Amino acid sequence: MQPIVSISNLSKTYTSGFHALKDVSLDISPGEILALLGPNGAGKTTLISIICGIVNASMGSVTVGGYDIIKDYRAARGLIGLVPQELTLGAFDTVWNTLCFSRGLFGKKPNPDFLEQLLKELSLWDKKDSMLMELSGGMKRRVLIGKALSHEPSILFLDEPTAGVDVELRKDMWALVRRLRESGVTIILTTHYIEEAEEIADRVGVINKGELLLVEDKFALMHKLGKRQLIIQLEEAVDIIPTTLSTWALELSAAGDQLTYTYDPRHVNTGVAGLLRSINDAGLLLKDVETSQSSLEEIFISLVNAKP
Amino acid sequence: MNIYAVKVIYKYEMLRALHTLAQSFASPVISTALYFVVFGSAIGSRIEQIDGVSYGTFIVPGLMMLALLTQSIANASFGIFFPKFTGTIYELMSAPVSFIEILLGYVGAAATKSFIIGLVILATAGLFVPLDIAHPVWMLGFLILTCISFSLFGFIIGLWANNFEKLQLIPMLVITPLVFLGGSFYSVNMLPPVWQTITMFNPVVYLISGFRWSFFEVADVSVWLSLTIVLGFLGACLITVWWMFKSGYRLKQ
Repeated sequence: MQPIVSISNLSKTYTSGFHALKDVSLDISPGEILALLGPNGAGKTTLISIICGIVNASMGSVTVGGYDIIKDYRAARGLIGLVPQELTLGAFDTVWNTLCFSRGLFGKKPNPDFLEQLLKELSLWDKKDSMLMELSGGMKRRVLIGKALSHEPSILFLDEPTAGVDVELRKDMWALVRRLRESGVTIILTTHYIEEAEEIADRVGVINKGELLLVEDKFALMHKLGKRQLIIQLEEAVDIIPTTLSTWALELSAAGDQLTYTYDPRHVNTGVAGLLRSINDAGLLLKDVETSQSSLEEIFISLVNAKP
Repeated sequence: MNIYAVKVIYKYEMLRALHTLAQSFASPVISTALYFVVFGSAIGSRIEQIDGVSYGTFIVPGLMMLALLTQSIANASFGIFFPKFTGTIYELMSAPVSFIEILLGYVGAAATKSFIIGLVILATAGLFVPLDIAHPVWMLGFLILTCISFSLFGFIIGLWANNFEKLQLIPMLVITPLVFLGGSFYSVNMLPPVWQTITMFNPVVYLISGFRWSFFEVADVSVWLSLTIVLGFLGACLITVWWMFKSGYRLKQ
């Protein structure tokens, strides 16, 4: 399948000398949700800004829908909707007017029916005549999404869409993102909320210090890099791990009543069965056994910390 | 051509003027009316005719130019500076619009507002002094060219300025003195020879002279020279804006 966004060897050095992006290459498939994870200053917003035409690249190229973002900027930009990180809205305009403005700016003829449907979808229809300065932060965020969708883009960039919003609105946003994907929109979002990527993304890209460390299918990433732990609750606490269990990489809790065994679930022989037999042979009584999988957050931290 | 983009930018800017009707239209008209009262009636009644034109009538083109230049610059510079200040410029930069379409929207609206102000001031002047326009087509031509070229200049200032102080700097410290010293209230021939020579380096002199000629057939310099200077200024502004958009100066990092 042809990528809808193709980034080749993209680099950006600001006039201050700061290397915001270093030789980034990435292909994004139509209809997918890609989450770009990274700490503050990692280069996420710079990457999005270059694709959208707000920042000039120092090196490399980007095509959107097969169109070069410089040579065929009209065709490329017409496919893109951008929701910026900051709540950048004029104060003295109405919700309806600002959506009409955005639609026109992207060269689409007026379509009041579509905009009405969009505002209803965003639960903003009753606010259509309200001045933007009268809206709450959450409403402003939805207006920004409405502006980005007003020209019916094929690709939506969401730069930290849920930064500073409450849990309820965050879940509303996730639901909206899923609905948009179902309608065929490709979504690229940046976030430093791992939970967000874990919840809605198909693929996850980890970016740090301007380098794209990896891009993987979310589940494949968790499977590949995620460790599993077997947590064994003991009936009676022990002071030390019996010597017969020394061959197993076990950790004893401070209270002495819990053993933790970390293993790789991809191995054919995880050693779990043998461990349980050895524990039984050592005369320890089991109270309970549970397993846990590493979250994306743990994977992310290990990846980011691994790079000097 | 992204005609829808031009339309929405133009409409947005015109609506902004309507929202601030008093500031946009009433203020320059009242200021100009006050100039007529002070210079035209109070002082003008004690001044002889200049080149066969009564002083009150003589200053009409200069006063119109004073208002046109300041309003064109203020409207256009604020129109593009404000989105930069609030951050909403991101939408313009990420939209499929060329710099020509952006200019048509922003500069077109600023020039339209100035043109309306010019006509209103002309009508106001008619209430104070008798007015006959010798060359109405030339007058309209100079009026439109001035509105467009100084709106373009204002647009450049709006792109260049990165704070409110800079936004006011050139209009207050450069444009206003040039207009006052450009023959708004007098004929250049009334100055001592040395100052006449120095004044010829002021581009506004040519603008006011040409505009005044279209009213009274009285000019400090040839009308063709005036027209050339205005067109040259317009061309220089266009080239500057083109370069600013091409290089992303003060727009893109």
